[in-house]
Order: sequence, then C-alpha cells, then structure tokens
Amino acid sequence: MQIFLPIAEVSVNAFVLLGLGGLVGVLSGMFGVGGGFLITPLLFFVGIPPAVAVATSANQIVASSVSGVLAHFKRKTVDLRMGTVLLIGGLIGAAIGMQIFNMLKAMGQVDLLVTLCYVVFLGIIGALMFVESLRALRRAKGRPGKTRERTKHTWVHNLPFKMKFRASGLYISVIPPVVVGVVVGMLGAIMGVGGGFIMVPAMIYILGMPTKVVIGTSLFQIIFVTSFNTMLHAYTNHTVDMMLALILLVGGVIGAQIGTQIGLKLKAEQLRIMLALLVLSVCLKLGLDLLIRPSELFSIGIL
Amino acid sequence: MRQLVLAIVLLVLPLMSAQAEEVVADLSQSRVSITSNFDGSEILIFGAVKREDIIPEDSELDIIVTVMGPRKMETILRKARRFGIWINVESERLGHAPSFYSVASTRPLEDIIIPMMDSLWQISADEQILSERRGLPAREALLRIRTENGLYRRSNEGVTLNSETLFNTSIALPANLVEGEYTTRILLVRDGMILDDYRTAIEVQKVGIERWLYNLAYDNAILYGLLSLLLAGLSGWGASEIFRLIRR
Repeated sequence: MQIFLPIAEVSVNAFVLLGLGGLVGVLSGMFGVGGGFLITPLLFFVGIPPAVAVATSANQIVASSVSGVLAHFKRKTVDLRMGTVLLIGGLIGAAIGMQIFNMLKAMGQVDLLVTLCYVVFLGIIGALMFVESLRALRRAKGRPGKTRERTKHTWVHNLPFKMKFRASGLYISVIPPVVVGVVVGMLGAIMGVGGGFIMVPAMIYILGMPTKVVIGTSLFQIIFVTSFNTMLHAYTNHTVDMMLALILLVGGVIGAQIGTQIGLKLKAEQLRIMLALLVLSVCLKLGLDLLIRPSELFSIGIL
Repeated sequence: MRQLVLAIVLLVLPLMSAQAEEVVADLSQSRVSITSNFDGSEILIFGAVKREDIIPEDSELDIIVTVMGPRKMETILRKARRFGIWINVESERLGHAPSFYSVASTRPLEDIIIPMMDSLWQISADEQILSERRGLPAREALLRIRTENGLYRRSNEGVTLNSETLFNTSIALPANLVEGEYTTRILLVRDGMILDDYRTAIEVQKVGIERWLYNLAYDNAILYGLLSLLLAGLSGWGASEIFRLIRR
C-alpha cells in the first residue's frame, strides 16, 4: 500500500514504514535507546529527504520513549531525580547543539559533520561496550557468586554539590550528570537523535548507575529532549512530517512494548553485548560509505 | 550568419504554413490531485490532426508530445577524496531546471527532425534543460541522475498515430510528484517541419488531509509541532495501556 507523505513529498510503502517503526521500537524498549541513530539512516534509505528524516524521527522517538518509560514506571526502574538533573543539562545542550548545527548548515558541511559524529561516537562507544561486556561475561562464568563492587571511589565522587539519588543507590555530585546531559543534548541536536546510545553507557560507566535503572531513566530524559528538538525543527525548518511520524509510531509503540518484555528476560551483560554489536555495525556501514568511492560523484542538492 | 538566416527561416516557416494542418487535442485530466494514497498518475493525451486539404502523399507526419514540470533552481554537489574520505567539496548553483520532463514521439526523435530543429524548439531533454551549460560536468550529472530516476524520460514510440489523423499517448507521472503547473506541448511535424504547436497545462495539487497538514506545517508551525507531540504522547500512552490490558 503506497502512501504519499505531505511534507516529505514522496510516495512510500506504508508497510515498509510500519516495519521500520516496529524494529526501532523493539530496540528502544530493549536497550533504552531512542533508536534515532538507526531510524534516521534507514529513512534516508527508503528515500525520505534527510532534513525530514531527522526531524520526523525526533517526533517518533518521543512516542516510543513514552510507551517504554510507562512500562519502566510500573517496574519502578526510573530514577526521576537523576532524570531531571540529566534533563536540565540536556535542554541546555540541545539549544547549543542547534546553534552549531545551523552554523555548519550555513557553511554547507553539515552532512559530513553528522556522518563523522556518527562514525566516531558509535565506534568508540560500541568498542568500549563490547570489550567491557565480554570481560563481564567471562568474569561471571569464571567466578560465579562474586559480584563486582558497585560503588568504586573515583574522581566523580570528590566533586561538590552532592545529591542523593535513592533509586540509583548513589550519593554523588550533580556536576557529572549535568555535564553528561549537556554533551548528550548537544550531540542529539547535531545528529538528530535522542542520544540514548551515548547516555546509557555514560550512565553506567561514568555515573556508575545500575543497569536496571539506566534504561528507564534514559527514556524519561529522552522524551523531553526530543520533544524540544521536534518543536525546534517544526518551527525553524518545517520538516516534521506528521503522516510519516504517525505510521512510524504505530509500529514503534507496539515494538517498544515487545522490546521491554524481551529486555526483562535477558541478562544485563547479554543486553549490553547486543547493543554494542548493533552500534558497531551501524558505525561500520557509515564508515564504509565514507571510505569507498561512490558510484556517482555528483548529487542534487536538497535545499 | 548563414546559420542565423536558416534559423529564422525554420522558425518562421511553420507559422506561414500553419493553416495547412493543425492539432486539436485534449487530456484525460487537466488536474492531478495528490491524495494520501497517491501513487503516480497516468494522463492520457489524445487528439486529431485537423486539415482543410487531403492528406499529402509521399511525406511523413509525426507527433511529438512533451510534458514539463515546474522549474526550480538546482544546486549540484560534487564529491572528492579528502583526507582519505569522500566528502562534498564543491556545490554549484546550475540554474533553473524542471523537476520532470518527458518526451514522447511517433518515431525516434532523430528520425523526425534535424538537430537544428530540436535545438530551436528545445524538444529533447538535452536541448530543453540548461542547454547553455552543456558540457559542464555538473549539468551532465543533473541530466544523468534525473534520467536514472525516471524523472527525465524519452519514449521513442510512445505516440500512436492512426491513419495520419488520430493520435494518442499516455504520460505516466511519477509518485514523487512536485506540485505546480505541468506544461504540455504537442508538436505536429511533417517532413521535418513543425507545422503546429499546441500547448496546454496540467495542474498538480495536494488535496484533503495532505493539503491541510502541509498548510498547517508552514502557516502555524507551533501548533503543528504541538499537535505532532500530542499525537506521539497519546499513541505511546495508548499502546502502553492496551498492552497492559492484553497481559491481564
């Protein structure tokens, strides 16, 4: 069934879009990532103009995150306090990111920056997570019963403005979460994603939050940051396609529910290793596109 | 100089003999509505050759039909290898080019008219689209990319002509249609001379929900953004509730 999208101005198969939304929804529920880093390139591939793809996936991420976070609220795996601190940083970051984005757009090199950002961040995070998860899995097999110390005393714990995050079982300074929020919000605005794939590892490795709480909290923060991004895109560029978003999110919200169920059944290490592999494969694909000589050197510019 | 004289003669000649044979034509639809299930459209162009005299013998009659979409300033980007990766290094504002261009004729264009006529009447895509920039790699790339995407097309036997009088052709408009006015030209050619030039327009417009969403997005962006978010929030919440009921 073909459907004509009013803003993107292309006709696409509705079932393909439903499938895309569903796939990304499953990932969103499983890993607590918005899935923007996956859906945006996939939308390019179906023939949606990049500007519309970026803006509309932001809107779609809002829906799948709402659906996901409600499931996590019921299991009490959302640290609201931590989420709010991250959110404050995230909004500041998103505003800065939009400025950088528009500056580079004026210079005509925004595509390259976005792709490079993807390759670099996905590569680093994917590799780190993969190595760490492998090590954790091996440790779990080798010495069962002995768990890793959760509260290691690092520089993070020596900063001022300490705050108690009960749901995460942490008593740390608010500076690291705010900084994490700013960085993620900034990258999110530049790359057109929610930023969960950066935030989830940052929460685990930098803030030392338990994996169970990380996903719900990340989803909670993503809802608000992507809502902010959607509004910015709708207002400045008019590139949010409601019709496209509606189809994607019908698939997405169903997928998110299924994903949450799968996520609860799998072990944290397994979950992490799967996300690491996924991140690495997207990175590899984008990297190869930059390295291999394209068959057509010319392209028609889209506004 | 000789070329110029020839050009003037070729251009004026058809007008002088214009009364001999004329095109009378119509379209199956002069308005294309883009609805939510729009998947391209086929437009039937049909007509007849009106003449006072009998059909001349020993000469060939041909019909050429061109359809051209709205023009827009095109920017072409060129990639090159820098620091080991392929990036856009150059962007060039080429000029105005149509979003769609289709040429259909009774026989291959090269057999019907000489290149000079093609150039004067700007019939083939190569003559019609930014021909003043011919040879420029970016311009050739525009033609190549649009031809590959089926936006610039040529159908050498796309027009059927019956007993030198009745003709018809169908033009398939693509699914990713740009809104605007599509100009249709029907050229009547006898022995390589263009006898008549009939023009009409096809109006392409979004209607219904497509029109409404498009207008809202541009005229009332904040409301549109809020509506998008509301939709997203509601469907996220709705799905969560439905799944809870199912699981119970």
